[in-house]
Amino acid sequence: MAESAALSTASELKVIIFQLVDKEYALPVSQVRSIEKLQHITRVPKTPHFVKGVLNLRGVVTPIIDLRLRFGLEQEPYSDSTRIIIAAAQESEVGLIVDAANDVLDIQAESIEPQPEVAGTIDEEYIEGIVKIDKRLFILLNLDKVLNPEELNNTSGKEG
Amino acid sequence: MDMSQYLEVFIEESKEHLQTCSEQLLELEKNPEDLAIVNEIFRSAHTLKGMSATMGYEDLANLTHKMENVLDGIRNEKIRVSTEILDVVFQAVDDLEAMVFSISDGGDGKRNISEVVNKLMLIEKGEPLTEALAKQEMSAASAPEMQEGTLLISYDEFELTVLQQSREQGFDSYEVTVQIREDCLLKAVRVFMVFEVLEKAGEVIKSTPSAEKLEEEQFDREFIVTLITKESAEDICKKVMKVSEVEHAECRPVILEQNENQPENDSGNVPDEEKADDIKTEEKKKVAPGTRPAGTGNKTIRVNIERLDSLMNLFEELVIDRGRLEQISREVNNQELNETVERMSRISGDLQNIILNMRMVPVDTVFNRFPKMVRQLARDLNKNINLEIIGAETELDRTVIDEIGDPLVHLLRNALDHGIEMPSVRRGKGKSEEGKVTLKAYHSGNYVFIEIEDDGAGMNREKILRKAIEKGILSEQASETMTDKQVYNLIFASGFSTADQISDISGRGVGLDVVRNTIESLGGAVSIDSQEGKGSVFSIQLPLTLSIISVMLIEIQKEKYAIPLSSIIETAIIKKSEVLNAHSQKVIDFRGRVVPLVFLKEVLEVPQMFEEDEFYSLVMVRKGDKMAGLVVDRFIGQQEIVLKALGSYLQSAFAISGATILGDGQVALIIDCNALIK
Repeated sequence: MAESAALSTASELKVIIFQLVDKEYALPVSQVRSIEKLQHITRVPKTPHFVKGVLNLRGVVTPIIDLRLRFGLEQEPYSDSTRIIIAAAQESEVGLIVDAANDVLDIQAESIEPQPEVAGTIDEEYIEGIVKIDKRLFILLNLDKVLNPEELNNTSGKEG
Repeated sequence: MDMSQYLEVFIEESKEHLQTCSEQLLELEKNPEDLAIVNEIFRSAHTLKGMSATMGYEDLANLTHKMENVLDGIRNEKIRVSTEILDVVFQAVDDLEAMVFSISDGGDGKRNISEVVNKLMLIEKGEPLTEALAKQEMSAASAPEMQEGTLLISYDEFELTVLQQSREQGFDSYEVTVQIREDCLLKAVRVFMVFEVLEKAGEVIKSTPSAEKLEEEQFDREFIVTLITKESAEDICKKVMKVSEVEHAECRPVILEQNENQPENDSGNVPDEEKADDIKTEEKKKVAPGTRPAGTGNKTIRVNIERLDSLMNLFEELVIDRGRLEQISREVNNQELNETVERMSRISGDLQNIILNMRMVPVDTVFNRFPKMVRQLARDLNKNINLEIIGAETELDRTVIDEIGDPLVHLLRNALDHGIEMPSVRRGKGKSEEGKVTLKAYHSGNYVFIEIEDDGAGMNREKILRKAIEKGILSEQASETMTDKQVYNLIFASGFSTADQISDISGRGVGLDVVRNTIESLGGAVSIDSQEGKGSVFSIQLPLTLSIISVMLIEIQKEKYAIPLSSIIETAIIKKSEVLNAHSQKVIDFRGRVVPLVFLKEVLEVPQMFEEDEFYSLVMVRKGDKMAGLVVDRFIGQQEIVLKALGSYLQSAFAISGATILGDGQVALIIDCNALIK
């Protein structure tokens, strides 16, 4: 996996920081194509509830996932700061709806720690590790797990 | 040097050259005397040899070289064209093709070619392939048929000028064909002596093979010398005959006019090959406009289809922005702005047509390999078959073209193997011995039709039914009510093969059901019609393009969907009170038929935004013989849309076959009617 390779070899890792509820998450920039403002999303019927639909990204139909719903957090109306992070997963691109995307940081590979044993709000399998810089705590995401297609098919179709 | 960047070009060009070879070989078989065709093949083979040697594919270069030698022999009239020889050359081309395909699949292009190389070398030496051929070949090699006035060799521009000038000065020019006895030990010495005699009589301007080759004894028993002299032909012949161990000598006058009409019939001197090549190109240019045009002469470049796709994507964005711009200009209502925007709209419309057309390819790119295949199959089967191709210029989308090759091969093989009878059987039935297979392509509406018609045995209803029941495809009871056409179409059912004997040409069990699946996966359909004793017609219907389809846009609450026009029969508006309940299903009486209703709002779980009125808008769709009425809220209209995939992440979306981007930049989903009709 490119991500783990990046973790083990490069001493520095550039990440995009985004926000969900009150926590900050990190995704390596190598996996991020662009950050878009919220625009019209076309609902796709009978898909898992966290799939918000598809949007037209410069001529390419791109599926969109609401990360709050994906992680089982409570839903809130989208605001002006809501962003769609277009992430490159396997061969396709997928958009992730987040509360805000506000930072790009360089983190030291050594500062990435494994997830603490305490069960959090998010299923631990999406988490690659925890990064602590100064007093801020970032959760490094494992994108492949977030977009696990098996789970996509197993989750029953409920659309709000 | 890194060759990988040239590999793609090499493969494409090799395929083209091999295609030319096959086509021209077929021509040659029909007109064995036409040396212009041999030259055409030679040129392609020569280019291929050069390219493959540069790229380091030795087997390829080696085999091409051997083939080239044979062709050289043919055009120098040392070898006479016969079906047996052509068979070997065809086999060589097949091997070459296999190698090129192996390279394009990432292989090393190696292949065991010793058999075909041996055969080619035998031909080249003029030795017979079989005993039966022996005499014919020998006579061809030792005494080539000579017609007065036909030249044995041809001349380059310089030589022609010399010949021309010497004639103006009252000299005669002759081609002296000298044959040395078979048991001659020192051929080079005899050649030297002959040259000495000739040089006393006049001036030698050319010899075939070249002087160097003659000195090295690189010739069989015969060589030709072009001589300018004032002596008579008879005298020269007598003088040459005086040289010991010369068996035969013959002088023929050089007639220049004749030569100028055959400029393509050029020198076969191998050491002069490069020079000869240049001349050939020059001559070709001169000849091209009047006589035989080489190929189609279209200037083309190769573009990766992915680039076309991204061009298309960008263009769609442009169209969307154009829509916005038009709206703004209407609001602003500035004369100059309006004019500019209008002009831009027109230009982008033209641009759209061009971009869409760029993806279209004539079906000839698939059809062109069939004549050779049919020839080979017909020979293998000992049948006499004439393949006629109609409408090869019909255009289809590249993506469709790429897929239809295999199904067509299958159907053609089927027609040849099972359709056309053996010549003796045909004679017995009062048909001509030559079976006819017609491959026809034509446009109709948004579809392209391809038909494969044979005038063979046709199909036997009883035989098919018996087989189908035997294989458990249908029950005996069901068989009685079926129409002939339904019965014939049973052969597309999986696990069906009607051939009495399994041959290696077709009937390997994996049958026509594969053909049908492939064609249906392209959004097409295949059907068959047949008349026993008269023949069968396979008809394939294919969409013009996979990327652009006509749809009906509809609205359900606030969501827009597209329904492919190909599955729509018609639209209707009915009152809610007309809906009947049959069991748990809502149905309507539509022109005397009971048609079930599908409420898209429920199926697609569309959120309720406003109340419906007392009418239902219906889109009547069909799947095969079944019908259904899709209940929608509003018809928007018909539109041509660009088909887009939903992406691998959402592959399994229910009842949605894809998506498209509408003029306002939003995505609309395309409804898969087949999934809605059970």
